[in-house]
Amino acid sequence: MDKVVASSQPQSAYFLDMSKKEVETHTLAVVADNEPGVLARVIGLFAGRGYNIDSLTVSETIHEKHVSRFTIVTTGTPKVLTQIKHQLERMVPVHSVADLTVQGNSIARELAMVKVAGTGEKRMEALRLADAFRARVIDASTESFIFEITGKPDKVDQFISLMVPIGLVEVARTGVAGISRGAEGMRV
Amino acid sequence: MATGELMTGAEIVLKALADHGVEHVFGYPGGAVLPIYDEIFQQDKVKHILVRHEQGATHAAEGYARSTGKCGVVLVTSGPGATNAVTGLTDALMDSIPMVCLTGQVPTHLIGNDAFQECDTVGITRPCTKHNWLVKDVNDLARILHEAFYVATHGRPGPVVVDIPKDVQFARGKYVGPKNIEHKTYRPQVKPHQDAIRAAVDLIAKAKRPLLYTGGGVINSGLVASKLLREFVKLTNIPLTSTLMGLGAYPAAGKNWLGMLGMHGTYEANMAMHDCDVMINVGARFDDRITGRLDAFSPGSKKIHIDIDPSSINKTVQVDIPVVGDVAHALEDIIRVWKAKSHELDKKAMAGWWKEIDGWKATNCLKYKANKDVIMPQYAIERLYALTRDKDVYITTEVGQHQMWAAQFFKFEEPHRWMTSGGLGTMGYGLPAAVGVQMAHPKSLVIDIAGDASVQMTMQEMSTAVQYRLPIKIFILNNQYMGMVRQWQQLLHGNRLSESYSEALPDFVKLAEAYGCVGLRAEKPSELDDKIKEMIRSPHPVLFDCRVAALANCFPMIPSGKAHNEMLLGEDVSDEEVGSAIDARGKELV
Ligand SMILES: Cc1ncc(C[n+]2csc(CCOP(=O)(O)OP(=O)(O)O)c2C)c(N)n1
Repeated sequence: MDKVVASSQPQSAYFLDMSKKEVETHTLAVVADNEPGVLARVIGLFAGRGYNIDSLTVSETIHEKHVSRFTIVTTGTPKVLTQIKHQLERMVPVHSVADLTVQGNSIARELAMVKVAGTGEKRMEALRLADAFRARVIDASTESFIFEITGKPDKVDQFISLMVPIGLVEVARTGVAGISRGAEGMRV
Repeated sequence: MATGELMTGAEIVLKALADHGVEHVFGYPGGAVLPIYDEIFQQDKVKHILVRHEQGATHAAEGYARSTGKCGVVLVTSGPGATNAVTGLTDALMDSIPMVCLTGQVPTHLIGNDAFQECDTVGITRPCTKHNWLVKDVNDLARILHEAFYVATHGRPGPVVVDIPKDVQFARGKYVGPKNIEHKTYRPQVKPHQDAIRAAVDLIAKAKRPLLYTGGGVINSGLVASKLLREFVKLTNIPLTSTLMGLGAYPAAGKNWLGMLGMHGTYEANMAMHDCDVMINVGARFDDRITGRLDAFSPGSKKIHIDIDPSSINKTVQVDIPVVGDVAHALEDIIRVWKAKSHELDKKAMAGWWKEIDGWKATNCLKYKANKDVIMPQYAIERLYALTRDKDVYITTEVGQHQMWAAQFFKFEEPHRWMTSGGLGTMGYGLPAAVGVQMAHPKSLVIDIAGDASVQMTMQEMSTAVQYRLPIKIFILNNQYMGMVRQWQQLLHGNRLSESYSEALPDFVKLAEAYGCVGLRAEKPSELDDKIKEMIRSPHPVLFDCRVAALANCFPMIPSGKAHNEMLLGEDVSDEEVGSAIDARGKELV
C-alpha cells in the first residue's frame, strides 16, 4: 500500500473556481427588541466576523413595544451577504431581517446637513445648486449656509461634491434608512 | 412561598433554579454573590459543588450537560470570577452545550465606576454566549432567569450569562413562576419544511453512493434522534461516518459504521466522503477539521444538510437541499416519507459501493507498530477500552494526540458517553468535565483520557473530586511532550521542537497522594492490564500515569491544505515524508 495515497488515486479532486467573487452592496432592514446592548450586539457581530458596515442607522420605531429598526448597508459576496442575514436572524433579540436589495422593490433615503462658507458669486452659486437639488436652507449667516438635503445616497454624494469648490466646511449625514414599497410590512 | 409574595433577589435565584429542576450548580463564591451563597446555605434542593477555579466550574457544567442532556448551571462572582469563566463559555458556545452562568456584579450604582472587582461582564461575554442579560431591576429577575433557561436549551443550545448586581440580590421583588415561559420573540424553527423533506428523500432514493455524515446535533437533539438515525440506517443500509462531536449517536459496533472522519479520521470514512454521490449531513457543520481543502471537498456529491441553525447552512459548503429543523423531527419525517413511498436503494449500485468501502477498510488505517517494551499510546487506549467495555462508562478527554487516539480507538455504542472539547479545543477540559459527569452519574465509571500537558491546566479540580468523593479516573497518556504540537513541528517546522517538551513534569503518583487520592503508574505493556484493572476497582479518584512512547504520531492524517483522498497513512511513513507532507500554502493554515 502506498504511504501517501494522493498519487495512486484517480484524479477525482478537481479545482473549483477560486477567483475572487464579485462583491455587492446590499441594504438590510432589521427589526429588534430595543434592549440594552442590542446595538453593541449587532455591531459586534459585524466586527467579530469581519463583515463590512458601510452605513448603519437605528432608532426606536414602536415605542410601546420597545422595538427598534436598523438599516444596515453592507458589502460582500452574495454568500457572505446571506450569512450576514442568517447571523442577524439567529440573534435572540432580533425579530426579523429583510434584504431590501434582494427584495428589489424598496426605497432608501438619507438626510445630510451641509455647511458651506463663501461670499459673493460663490454664495449665489451655492443657492442655485441647492435649489436644483431641492436642498433647504436651515441656517444662514453673512458668510455661510447650512443646507438640509434628503434623497438617495448618491444624490447626497453629488450635492456634497459640488459644494467642495464653493466652500464646503463640514457635513453631518444620518446614514441610510430603507423601507420596502407596497402595503406589506416587516414582521415585528 | 406563595406567588406574588415579595422575595429577595437571591431568594428568587434559588427559587428559579429549583423551579427549573436544577439539582447541581458548579460555582465559586466571592463578594458580589454572597447573598446568593447565603441562600444556598439555607436550602437543600439545589446542591452546590465548589470547584477550585471558575474555568473548572464551566467545564464541569459542560460535562454534566453533555452526559445528561440537561442544562448545566454555573455560579461565579464578579470581575475575576466572570473572566475566569470565559474559556468555558466559549467552549460551550462552539460545541452547542446548554449552560446558564450566573455572575455577580458590583451594585448598580457602582457600575461604570471601575469599582473593586468590576468588569464589563455582559460586554466581555457578549461574543461568547448565545445571549446575555444584565439585571438592573429585581422585578425583571425571575422573568430573565426563565428566559435564560429557555434560550440556553431551545433551538441550537448554548451558554447564556445572567449578570446580577449585588443590590439586586438584596432587593425585594415579585417572583413569577416559569409556567409557559418562553422568550418574547426567540422562536427557533424545530419542524422542518415538508418540501425540503420530500426533496431530500427523492434525492436519497436515487443515490448510488450515499453517505451519512452525522454530528453533535444528533446528540443534542436527544436519545430519540439517535434511535431514529439507527432506524434510518437499518432501513437503507447507507454507510455512516461521524464527526468528533457525534460519536456514539450510531454504535461503533454497527455494521454501517466507518469510523470518524476528518483530519484524523479513518481512511474509509474520508474516502467515502470524497467519493459519495449523495451526502446527508445530519447535525454537523462542515468544520474545517472535517472538510480539509474546501475546493476538493466531496466534489462529486449532491449535499443535504439538516441543521437547526440556518446560519450553519451554506456557511462554508454550498449544499443542494437545506433542511432547517431539529434532527429528530427531520429524521422522523424522512423515515415516514421514505416508508410511504416504499423507496429502496439501487441494490446493485449499493453492493458496488459497499465493495469499494470494504476495499478501503482493508487498508486497516489505524494499525500501528506494536512494541514489547514501550507502551504505545494506541495500545493503552485499546486496553482501556477492552477492560471497561462491559462497564457503564463515560469518557472525557483533554486536547491533543490522546484525544484523537481516544476518538479512534475507544468505541462508543451510545450517545452522551463521550465528552470532548471539539470546537474550541480547550486543554484542561477533560478533568473538570469528568467531575461534572461523575456528579450526574455517581455509580458510573468516568474516565478522563488525558495528556500530561493538558491535565496540568485544571489539575486543581482533583481537589474537588476528593472533596465530593467523585471517583473519577484520570488516565494520562504521558509522552512528556505536548504531543500534538510536537507532531505539527515535525510536520511543518523541520522538527525544531520549540517549547513543546515538558521538563519538570510532576510525579503524578505523588501528586495523587498529595491530593488524597490514588496514584498509579504503568511503564511496561506487560503491567498495563493489571494496573488498569486496579484503577477500575478503586473506589477513589485515581491519577494514572501511563508512560507511553514519547514520539508516536497520530495517524492517519489529512495534512492541512490537502484533500480527503490525500491522506497520510501511519504505519510506515518515514520521517522525511512526514516532514514534507505539507506544502507552503498548507503551512499557513492551522
Ligand atoms: C488552552 C490551550 N492552549 C494551547 C493549546 C494548543 N495545543 C493543542 S494540543 C497541545 C498539546 C497537548 O499536549 P498533551 O496534553 O500532553 O497531549 P498530547 O498531544 O501529548 O497527547 C497544545 C499546546 C490548546 N489546545 N489549548
